[in-house]
Amino acid sequence: MDLFLIFFSAVIVNNFVLSYFLGICPFIGVSNKISSAFSMGLATTFVMTIASIVTWLIYHMILVPFDLQFLEYVSFILVIASLVQFVEMFIKKVSQPLYRALGIFLPLITTNCAILGLALFIVLREYSFIQGLVYGVGAGVGFTLAITIMAGIREELDLADVPKAFQGVPITLIVAGILALAFMGFSGLISV
Amino acid sequence: MSKQVALSKEYVKGLWENNPVFKQVLGMCPMLAVTTSAENGIGMGLATTFVLVFSSIIISSARKLIPSQVRIASYILVIATFVTIVDLVLKAQLPSLSKALGPFIPLIVVNCLVLGRQEAFSSKNHPGRAFLDALGMGTGFTIALVMLGGAREILGSGQILGITIMPEMFEPWLIMILPAGAFLTLGLMMALFAHLSLRKKRIERDAILKKYVKPEEPVKMEETE
Repeated sequence: MDLFLIFFSAVIVNNFVLSYFLGICPFIGVSNKISSAFSMGLATTFVMTIASIVTWLIYHMILVPFDLQFLEYVSFILVIASLVQFVEMFIKKVSQPLYRALGIFLPLITTNCAILGLALFIVLREYSFIQGLVYGVGAGVGFTLAITIMAGIREELDLADVPKAFQGVPITLIVAGILALAFMGFSGLISV
Repeated sequence: MSKQVALSKEYVKGLWENNPVFKQVLGMCPMLAVTTSAENGIGMGLATTFVLVFSSIIISSARKLIPSQVRIASYILVIATFVTIVDLVLKAQLPSLSKALGPFIPLIVVNCLVLGRQEAFSSKNHPGRAFLDALGMGTGFTIALVMLGGAREILGSGQILGITIMPEMFEPWLIMILPAGAFLTLGLMMALFAHLSLRKKRIERDAILKKYVKPEEPVKMEETE
């Protein structure tokens, strides 16, 4: 039940993009088309899941026993960067179609603040290993959900007559604001 | 190309004309997340400026030593070191601000503004210029943060820097300090910025046209559809 709550709150109630503002860059940059947005979401979910496992292990197995918590940021970002590199090589070797589908989005994930944010939240909230893993998957699913909805709206928006000054990023931000309003409706569901 | 630009220009360009947030759309995550008040905006802006300035100096001094294959990883390491310094100092000296900014201090590491300037500027210029550029970009980022934070604080709680300025009858717009308010306010601000630069361009174009067109014929404004 506890795990279900963590998952559900990460997906809908405390959505990473719409209520913590993590991963805004890909959210605005890669949300032009549903297909690419969905691929980006999947790749991010994949990295988030592995990152939540690896950073948990590093923090509790290496940093805490040796009293090195001040190296938290440096080691996490290094791990995430090499993890993304590793995942890229692995996918290339194992599944060519998947590699082609994810394409250029994989390297971009390193600088997605949602991944580092996730690792920091897991430490901050003192989640256990399983809780951290569930939280990682939930955050990824939530990111995929938000970016896919956004891409769906933006595909329709291409046909709309947007004032000149609002074209591009401003209208995207305003749509995101309305989307965040809609997601606020879920906020009473669970208190975390 | 940038070698010919005057030193003062390196600083000034980041403030408004090439503002990192409004013009380059960098550093959006902290921009939206911490700007519930002007005070948080100032804190975040100064922390980011500190990291940006010092990592720019280090990276531009070492630009000939860093092999280009591993440059991104090296930049991130330098940035992460300074972010750790800022985080520890804030925790010790200003615990309340550190608590308000929460995980967004460590997230300066992945702020695309900081990394972007290293890649685009510090790795190609000598430390003096890199310092001025970083200072300008940091100031521009702080200005944007304070504008957004101030607007949200005034509308959302009727205060600025903790001092009530709105009249008694003003009902605070709660939406402004919630996440949705951040997106809406920043969207409107960026539209305003785009509008101003579009208008500036149009005025400049008209001024050029006036030189060549005879004064008897008034210049007809182009109808936009």
